[in-house]
Amino acid sequence: MNDKFEPKILGILCNWCSYAGADLAGTSRLRYPANIRIVKVMCSGRVEPTLILKAFQEGADGVLISGCHPGDCHYVDGNIKTLRRTPLVARLLTQIGIEPERFKQVWVSASEGERFGKIVEQMVEDIKKVGPYQKKMGDQLDVVMDEVAASAKEAAAAAEEKGGLNCGS
Amino acid sequence: MAPKLQLAIYWAAACGGCDVAILDTDEKILDIAEAADIVLWPIAMDFKYEDIYKMEPGSIDVCLFNGAIRTSEQEEIAKALRARSKFMIAFGACAAWGGIPGLANLTNREEIFNTVYQETATTINEEDIRPDTNYPGPEGELHLPRIYDRVWSLDQVVNVDYYVPGCPPTPETIWTAILAIVTGNLPPKGTTIAGIKSLCDTCEREKTEKKITQFKRPFEIIADPKKCLLEQGLICCGPVTRDGCGHRCTNNNMPCRGCYGPSEKVSDQGAKLLNAIASIMDVKDEKSAQELAATWEDPAGTVYRFSLAKSLIYDYKKGGE
Amino acid sequence: MSDHKIGVYVCHCGSNINGVVNCAKVTEEIGKLGEVVVAKDYKYMCSDPGQEMIKNDIREKGLDRVVVAACSPRMHEPTFRRALEGAGLNGYLLEMANIREHVSWVTKDKEEATKKALSLVKGAVKRVKLHEPIEEREVPVTNTTLVLGGGISGIQAALQVAEAGHKVYLIEQKQYIGGNMAKFDKTFPTLDCAACILTPKMVDVGQSPNIELYTSSEVIKVDGYVGNFTVTVREKPRYINHDKCTGCGDCASACIMKNRIPHEFDEGLSKRSAAYIPFPQAVPLKAVIDDENCLLLTRKKCTLACVKACGAKAINFNQHETIHEFKVGSIILATGFDLFDAKRSPQYGYGKYPNVINGLQFERMTNASGPTSGHITLADGTEPKSVAVIHCVGSRDENYNKYCSRVCCMSSVKFAHLVKDHCDAEVYEFYIDMRTFGKGYEEFYNRVQEEGVHFIRGKGAEVAQKDGRLVVKAEDTLLGQYREIPVDMVILNTALEPRVDAEKVAQTLGISRSGDGFFMESHIKLDPVTTTTDGIYLAGCCQSPKDIPDSVAQGSAAAAQSLAIIATGKVKISPISASIDSEQCAGCQICIGLCTYRAIKLNEETLRAEINEAVCKGCGTCAAGCPSGAIKVSHFNDDQLLAQIEGVLA
Repeated sequence: MNDKFEPKILGILCNWCSYAGADLAGTSRLRYPANIRIVKVMCSGRVEPTLILKAFQEGADGVLISGCHPGDCHYVDGNIKTLRRTPLVARLLTQIGIEPERFKQVWVSASEGERFGKIVEQMVEDIKKVGPYQKKMGDQLDVVMDEVAASAKEAAAAAEEKGGLNCGS
Repeated sequence: MAPKLQLAIYWAAACGGCDVAILDTDEKILDIAEAADIVLWPIAMDFKYEDIYKMEPGSIDVCLFNGAIRTSEQEEIAKALRARSKFMIAFGACAAWGGIPGLANLTNREEIFNTVYQETATTINEEDIRPDTNYPGPEGELHLPRIYDRVWSLDQVVNVDYYVPGCPPTPETIWTAILAIVTGNLPPKGTTIAGIKSLCDTCEREKTEKKITQFKRPFEIIADPKKCLLEQGLICCGPVTRDGCGHRCTNNNMPCRGCYGPSEKVSDQGAKLLNAIASIMDVKDEKSAQELAATWEDPAGTVYRFSLAKSLIYDYKKGGE
Repeated sequence: MSDHKIGVYVCHCGSNINGVVNCAKVTEEIGKLGEVVVAKDYKYMCSDPGQEMIKNDIREKGLDRVVVAACSPRMHEPTFRRALEGAGLNGYLLEMANIREHVSWVTKDKEEATKKALSLVKGAVKRVKLHEPIEEREVPVTNTTLVLGGGISGIQAALQVAEAGHKVYLIEQKQYIGGNMAKFDKTFPTLDCAACILTPKMVDVGQSPNIELYTSSEVIKVDGYVGNFTVTVREKPRYINHDKCTGCGDCASACIMKNRIPHEFDEGLSKRSAAYIPFPQAVPLKAVIDDENCLLLTRKKCTLACVKACGAKAINFNQHETIHEFKVGSIILATGFDLFDAKRSPQYGYGKYPNVINGLQFERMTNASGPTSGHITLADGTEPKSVAVIHCVGSRDENYNKYCSRVCCMSSVKFAHLVKDHCDAEVYEFYIDMRTFGKGYEEFYNRVQEEGVHFIRGKGAEVAQKDGRLVVKAEDTLLGQYREIPVDMVILNTALEPRVDAEKVAQTLGISRSGDGFFMESHIKLDPVTTTTDGIYLAGCCQSPKDIPDSVAQGSAAAAQSLAIIATGKVKISPISASIDSEQCAGCQICIGLCTYRAIKLNEETLRAEINEAVCKGCGTCAAGCPSGAIKVSHFNDDQLLAQIEGVLA
């Protein structure tokens, strides 16, 4: 089944290096998987975990954050704030149950179009291995939820006949 | 005399602290009794389910619902009460954002059952008996509510009109909420009845530019009572947490635990706090960032202590409501 | 909130986009979305008719938001913003979806590409609904320019700005200006002597009332933004009082280190003193004391012969470095190149065989004022009977630099001519391809061919020594034959490389470098002079290897950029900036340390943070860090980004 699975990846890229790097991949006519959807921010330092969580909430299978290499930040050290967040965000996501393959933070310069393509390719491959991301839905599937609700109702009805529920306090 | 307020108080996945908190209003409880008829309060008086089902829609003016939703029974009662209440109030952190029970979302039912019914040192359960929704008892088939795979906040299950935050809400917060209801002086629906900004706004500790060189846990140091706790390496949830608790923790030299939930403009309390703290980590390269981050014991549990169920990642209405 | 009227325009970009993305389908699907009142696709949206179409729809259909799905916003966002403004709509009510660089050019599968394009456009539509009009900020411009690097392109740029009547600070790391060109002998293709054409320009720099020249200096810090940079420069001590020194050279003759230190200007082919004048035509023509070799400065022990010899009493060993601060409107970077160190290709025996030299050493040798007074000589002082020139040493080579250094073919041909001219030796040129593309270049090549130079098509593989002579081994690809040619001298024409401090300079100025390490231009074809940082321009070999005409041309172009912003007197700066809602700010001060520009300060009275928007550059790091959600970056606020994320993942 995973053969057909095409992960959806959100890429959040800084304007100066990584977005330009992704543009370069285009102007160089490099091919890489179409799984990534790119959103631009001015600096990777703008990327707060809320955006990452939002992506997973909206059904992304992976999130890629990319900024200028440390030292090359257009805003001097915006990417230093990025690198401070990354390990904590990664741990938080792992704790929440999101596999490490699904979150990646990299540095791509404006001249690394080829590298950008390779990173996307690799990420798509890695995520294919872990499969689609499922929101931690209540009982995994709404179907189960409905069953539960039905069984609860049945129980309630049955209990009412006997003059009271036999559960809870 | 104006008709008395018909008040219901209910608890779901909760510790009972919220109910006790109502009693903690001390002599004001008498004023509450003066203004309201308590039509349901299972923890204090005897009620049966049928008492609820017998009530007409709208017959409850205000339902103070505390506790998260963890079982099918809790969901069902929440829905039953919602249908009968003019105002549904998520009372306390658990009802509002899942609270402490919501931390169960870091794992799942299966693992919780494994721990509780198998792995704890004091458990002997050779037949691996686990809770089931149906049990053929001697008196006939018994039905137990199903435990859900995750914990829901009240508003993920039913519509909620107001939120009264806290673990538990302070008597002042409770009284403010009750006064608002009794006087009809109500804010727009969806309001959290407490402060608006974060706790830092009214925190009197001395604040400067922040830098964290080391994460510390409260038992490891005696914090300087005058200085910002975050600057001392303690993870204080104050910056992202709604004001209104009266600084009970920080006044006692303990960092804020975040029980008043996210402040007005914060969409995800944990993510915002994690980010704010990461941003001020005093490191400049990836390796030291890794090392410093690794010394923080339990990031998710700390930043989402009370609001994990409402984290963006879980926040959607149950059953697509 | 009332509904928006959104117009969506999908560009085919000829077949660039439409060849892969089904533009009509994207347009049709997007047209179904709520609030989208117009959805059109068109061949070239950036063309006049394309822009007119958008303008007309704004006027006639009352559009209040526009989405253009086309190339990268880095390419045409300004174009379409202007179109919106032309129709009376604020330019920031536009959002572009990059369906060319990010979709059609990188995706093969048409269906996938169309799907991806549709997602990106959906994201843009969701985002644009939340756009707010923003007014561009205009700031006054400081009408001074800083030129970093005093080689030919820096000189050219400095002179042009100065001639237009504006102040220039010319900063040079070496003790003199002129750069590499000052070392050359003749220049191709016309064989003018480099000094004859360069020295007058150097003198002009020295004499121009509008140019303040700082040699032995480097930029250590750059603050500010276009129109308003503050540049901090460190000037190293020369231990010579410039005002007193007459440039007579008596100190050099007296110095007890005389003839003991390899002379950099002569590429080590001659020796100099510790106190010396870099070269006879140096500007400024002032002595300098080399603090790495001066006995007094290194060992605190010397007879001070130089001090005694200096009639002008110009020597001052108490000089210290000086820090200067300049306010400038723009910065021209002309830091030049480094020559590839031929020792890195050990197969050529550079540094091992004394008669294997590099091109610059050959230039010094043939230069009449050089170490051999213009005679081409072997290490033993005799004239060579045969000379080999090896092209592409360190260029067009997977192991070193993949790029072509552009000047080597022509300079090699020039070397051949000069050898023929000076000593009539046999000359063998080993080349991969002959690249003589400039004006008059091919003609020059033909002329040298006629002079009887042997051109061997094949990269010199190795230089060995056999029976006391050098032997060049190569495969002659035209003959299909392996050849060993004995010669007396080998000239290695080495690559032009990014300067060793290019990374540091890029970081100090906040600009990017391309993959080859040279500074990166905004657009390789259409904007080769500007960098991605407004107000910082590139000239000469710091951007890529160039010959003299191209370096001069780019120097002039950079000067024109700098003069243009001076002429307008003000510049538009990005209106993207952060602001703090003091109603939400809790005064926690987390943001303050996050701003590298120190744009955020705590208002001591209100205890709320405040942002100086003139200093803010709009990176948004503070907004990300603000735990209260009180900081908003215009055009990149939470709601807009969240909406876009929702849209692209839908």
